[in-house]
Amino acid sequence: MKKLRVFAFPYLIWMVVFIVVPLLMVAYFAFTDSSGAFTLDNVADAGQYTNIFVRSIWLAVIATVVCLIIAYPLAFLLSRMKKHHQGTMLMIVMLPMWMNFLLRTRAWVTLLGNTGVINSILGVFGLDSVKMLNTEGAVVLGMVYNYLPYMILPLYSVMVKIDKSVLEAASDLGCNSVKTLFKVVVPLSLPGIMSGITMVFVPAISTFIISRMLGGGSNLLIGDLIEMQFLGNAYNPHLGAAISLVLMVIILLIMTIMNQFDPDDQVLM
Amino acid sequence: MENIISLRNIVVEFDGEQILKNIDLDIKDKEFVTLLGPSGCGKTTTLRIIGGFLTPNSGDVMLEGKRINDLPPHKRDVNTVFQRYALFPHLNVYENIAFGLRIKKLPEKEIQKRVGEMLELVNLRGFEKRTIHRLSGGQQQRVAIARALVNRPKILLLDEPLGALDLKLRKEMQIELRKIQQALELTFVYVTHDQEEALTMSDTVVVMNNGHVQQIGSPTDIYNEPVNAFVADFIGESNILNGSMPRDCLVEFCGKQFECVDKGFSPNETIDVVIRPEDIKVISAADAKLTGIVESVVFKGVHYEMIVDGVDHKWMIQSTKAEEVGSMIGMTFDPYDIHIMKKAKEED
Repeated sequence: MKKLRVFAFPYLIWMVVFIVVPLLMVAYFAFTDSSGAFTLDNVADAGQYTNIFVRSIWLAVIATVVCLIIAYPLAFLLSRMKKHHQGTMLMIVMLPMWMNFLLRTRAWVTLLGNTGVINSILGVFGLDSVKMLNTEGAVVLGMVYNYLPYMILPLYSVMVKIDKSVLEAASDLGCNSVKTLFKVVVPLSLPGIMSGITMVFVPAISTFIISRMLGGGSNLLIGDLIEMQFLGNAYNPHLGAAISLVLMVIILLIMTIMNQFDPDDQVLM
Repeated sequence: MENIISLRNIVVEFDGEQILKNIDLDIKDKEFVTLLGPSGCGKTTTLRIIGGFLTPNSGDVMLEGKRINDLPPHKRDVNTVFQRYALFPHLNVYENIAFGLRIKKLPEKEIQKRVGEMLELVNLRGFEKRTIHRLSGGQQQRVAIARALVNRPKILLLDEPLGALDLKLRKEMQIELRKIQQALELTFVYVTHDQEEALTMSDTVVVMNNGHVQQIGSPTDIYNEPVNAFVADFIGESNILNGSMPRDCLVEFCGKQFECVDKGFSPNETIDVVIRPEDIKVISAADAKLTGIVESVVFKGVHYEMIVDGVDHKWMIQSTKAEEVGSMIGMTFDPYDIHIMKKAKEED
């Protein structure tokens, strides 16, 4: 093992240069003003965007829950399929990810718009058009659509390791399929649920493209706010860094709470 | 004794291939029955049909006279000890054993009492809090048995439960399992490919091959009176030769004629002659009808196993005395040690 340590060295440098140093820089910007003097104003200013923080968390939570509800049964069915079918189905799950993220999201604009595909079809049947684009629903839809594979994959990779005979044993000991699900499959797939939630929630809470394209101007998320501070007209990197820092702390808190549900010595089969 | 399980004309197909071809089997109450056969013979499939994990394509599964083909496993009064134990990795020993009782929503007191009894029975007192992955193979095996037995099933199904254990532990567990079965007066259906295990433990042995039942009988019957060459070969080592019977009580093989005790074969019918290696006596070549050159001698503990080249047939002989490799020896056997069997029909 000791000899192998040398191979970890390049990654160590990478971590320091591209992870630790930028984080320190973010912290530096967050706690200084434009003249470089220490200040807490930026962090205090971030407080005025509480409504945007709340909306971001709320939409990300909804998107994560919807992803979990859709992905869980799908991942389970996938893991119980014959091996060669599993490969094909996994590819179909991954397929959207091969296409450019922007393009994928842009496609929904065409579908959801007031004169878009769905409303045109509704019009053919004489129905009034429904406002779908530029709503919170559209933002959640965009998040679910884009991040669903990140929920399916960790769930699938844990579930595929659950031996069929363990499920048979549950059935043998008196479980119907619902009880087998809650007494055996859910506890055994808990690590997958945890990492799936993390992998969907974190990008969803900090996204800005999805909310901009599908949410219009009225559904700003933290991501949009940060982007505006660095690249937009509101240029103020100090405030942007402070908001980023607050977001990080919020995510860290939520993840810490989440991990309380994760049994420490989880054993995978 | 009454039949607790009856299988009638069971046929099972996977992808157009017949795994079980018309199985008929009765299992009596409180009996230790072993399904014995080489891998792929359909013994595990038969067990899964009784457990309810598999529905036969045709035929009837009867439990105490009632047809239970469509009854799912969780509604059957049958529990299974799985091949690789299939313990729940997220639960400790106690909770694994208590699992079935909790599903049945038994009062906590009752659960405690019954799990305690089981821990006692399988010698795992003090291991309640252990997680499964910190148990040895033998201990996991015991938990699996306790987890099934705690539900007090009418029938316990065991799918090669000792396969993963080392020889010594296996022998101990064989005796222990037999004791448990007799103490609790349960019906055990046991699947194994190990003929010695089958002979040691069972009241009844069901020898299977190729999706057919070859022979059903007590261990002694199966060993002493195998119905065909397959059974003879599978149950212990055998010398199997082609022969014919010119008349009753006279058999011809290796170009010589021998007295025997079997009757009722038509004169020119070719038959299988089976002679157990331990029934062959070594005599001096000059006095013998059959001679051969000793090709190899292997020490097996209790006896030596010798391969003797007799031109028409390589004989296997088991004897407590080793002969010299390369020497010419004579072989003889008593008339009742010659087992004569009809050639197995080429089935399917």
